[in-house]
Amino acid sequence: MTEMTLIQAITAAMDEELARDERVFITGEDVGVRGGVFRATMGLIEKYGPQRVVDSPLAELSIVGIGIGAAVVGLRPICEIQFADYIFPAFNQIVGEAARFYYRSNGVWHVPLVIRAPYGGGVGGGLYHSQSVEAFFAHVPGLKVVIPSTPHDAKGLLKAAVRDPNPVLFFEAKKGYRSIRGDVPDGEYLVPIGPARIAREGDDLTVYAYGMMAHYATIAADMVREQDGIHAEVVDLRTLLPLDRETVLASYRKTGKALIVYEDNLTGGFGAEIAALLAEHAFEHMDGPIRRLAGPDVPGVPFAHSMQEFFMPNPEKIAHAIRDLAAY
Amino acid sequence: MTTAAETRSYAAQLTRDTLIEMYRFMVVSRRLDERAWALHRQGKIAFHISAIGHEACQVAAAYAINRGVDYVFPYYRDLTLALALGSAPQDFLLGAFGKATDPYSGGRQMPSHFSSRALNIVSGSSSVATQIPHAAGAAFAIKYRLQRGLQAPDDATQPRLALTCIGEGSTSQGEWYEAMNWAGVHRLPFICLVQNNYYAISVPYDQQSALPNVADRAPAFGVHGVVFDGNDVLASYDALRAAVERAYRGEGATLAEAKTYRPVPHSSDDDDRSYRTREEVEEWKRKDPILRFGSTLMERGLLRQDDLNAIDAQARAEVDAALRDTLAAPDPAPEDALGAVYATEDTP
Ligand SMILES: Cc1ncc(C[n+]2csc(CCOP(=O)(O)OP(=O)(O)O)c2C)c(N)n1
Ligand SMILES: [Mg+2]
Repeated sequence: MTEMTLIQAITAAMDEELARDERVFITGEDVGVRGGVFRATMGLIEKYGPQRVVDSPLAELSIVGIGIGAAVVGLRPICEIQFADYIFPAFNQIVGEAARFYYRSNGVWHVPLVIRAPYGGGVGGGLYHSQSVEAFFAHVPGLKVVIPSTPHDAKGLLKAAVRDPNPVLFFEAKKGYRSIRGDVPDGEYLVPIGPARIAREGDDLTVYAYGMMAHYATIAADMVREQDGIHAEVVDLRTLLPLDRETVLASYRKTGKALIVYEDNLTGGFGAEIAALLAEHAFEHMDGPIRRLAGPDVPGVPFAHSMQEFFMPNPEKIAHAIRDLAAY
Repeated sequence: MTTAAETRSYAAQLTRDTLIEMYRFMVVSRRLDERAWALHRQGKIAFHISAIGHEACQVAAAYAINRGVDYVFPYYRDLTLALALGSAPQDFLLGAFGKATDPYSGGRQMPSHFSSRALNIVSGSSSVATQIPHAAGAAFAIKYRLQRGLQAPDDATQPRLALTCIGEGSTSQGEWYEAMNWAGVHRLPFICLVQNNYYAISVPYDQQSALPNVADRAPAFGVHGVVFDGNDVLASYDALRAAVERAYRGEGATLAEAKTYRPVPHSSDDDDRSYRTREEVEEWKRKDPILRFGSTLMERGLLRQDDLNAIDAQARAEVDAALRDTLAAPDPAPEDALGAVYATEDTP
């Protein structure tokens, strides 16, 4: 085991996949000598050369579009979108093209493509460096959407994404890049895309979360266990699409209470899907309101610290919501 | 920008058999296309979008590349191109009828969304220009494989370029600009064949661009530009073969513009009387690419009028047979709609 930060685990995964498979290459803005603006590709151009770590033009739709074309004819691209906020110019290529290629060719052409993007707020990034965009893509069959919350999972899931025959969106909590640390096994391992992870066991209620909010939810669960004796189970979804419905439902059938935490805007966010799933398939286990703790419905995370902190869920707010729901 | 006079006469090197084969594909395409219009009028198919008028530049493109090996990313008007690459008339009809055995999409896509893994024709969507970045990506993959020693430079069994086609109106899309830019930056083995028929549905070309030619934009991308008469098979072949040679030699991408015309409505849902005069359409019908190529072949003493008639009769018989077989093919089961959402295996 080696202790790593979230971003170190991501770099290590790409390093290993580049070494393993000659068909893997990376492209995106500043991924070359700069090593990425967050340094996720640091050291890779030195090791693998500019043919395999390719600085792209500053044009997201073509970063993805080129990736799709290269993927369908046999390469294994990892495309970096510098911030998830800038993925929208590529929306048509992701949603209209990558997601539909396999279906529209009746299983003849597949798109083994990874799109990595740092997402999320709490970093002073304002409206355009803070967005959570997962709900747009988790709506689209044909895509896979992965959001890890630990270095262990980030490395294993990213390696699995590179080997997956489908387009995988891999969203990385930028707030956790350096603040989330954890043990990573030394040898080769994969974490399968799909299964959720029980991050904390408990039987009083279930907290559903992913990415940065899963990290915060475990902190909050530990707080309320120690301070209030509340045993909150934390389900770290890890993969939003395809969703691990069994684990989601099984936990709820045990606890009968659900708090869903996400840092996207509340309305139409991914938490709504979890809530619908529970209401539809586990109604008879319901022992309280299904609650969502999320960002307010405003068009972005504001820049000023006071407003940003107001927007963002955090361990204290989650602990508060847990206590509230446990008392119901 | 290259003028026709500057290109070597590659067309002069085409053999009699090849010229006749090209002519045959044009005629089969035309007869099949006309049959599709008729089937639509009879209410037997829901939609048709036509290659009529575009046959010359399309057959030339197929013969300029390594047919069935080089990657092709077509658009909906590329019936002649698809046929000349090796897709059968029945493949098109199975798609037009949305049959379960439609090889392009299993009845999922609208007609004329050509696709064949065996022929390296890559599936496209209906959203115009989306295929251009894919073609540039495939060209990028070729260059990558050559640079990494994963493919030998002169191996003609492997794709050595990516060809993509698009209408002139669709070159207004950002997708086109970004892909052309990649092709220039990386000097990709890439050809974008713009079939400029002067209209995007009803909108004339001068509302798409302030420049007289689409290919005038080539210098902005650092790619080669060429404009040619897209209704002339030999002129089209000369220009496109020169582009292919450049791509194979590693000299980068070409923006090739065929000037042509669509003498029929945009699609079976269009009425072109609302936006252009009958006189204009009649004038272009006199420049019909099949009439022209037929005359050329006769002038050169390669074919006589009765040979042309025989080719025509053969084409009609071929279309009749393909239609008979298509009508006998099964429809998809309703729940086939649920299949093939995610790939489970990673084939290379
Ligand atoms: C992104 C997008 N916008 C609009 C359409 C509807 N549409 C289909 S074809 C077409 C005109 C295309 O004209 P052009 O590119 O000149 O090609 P042509 O059909 O003339 O060969 C339009 C507007 C579409 N398919 N995709
Ligand atoms: Mg047009």
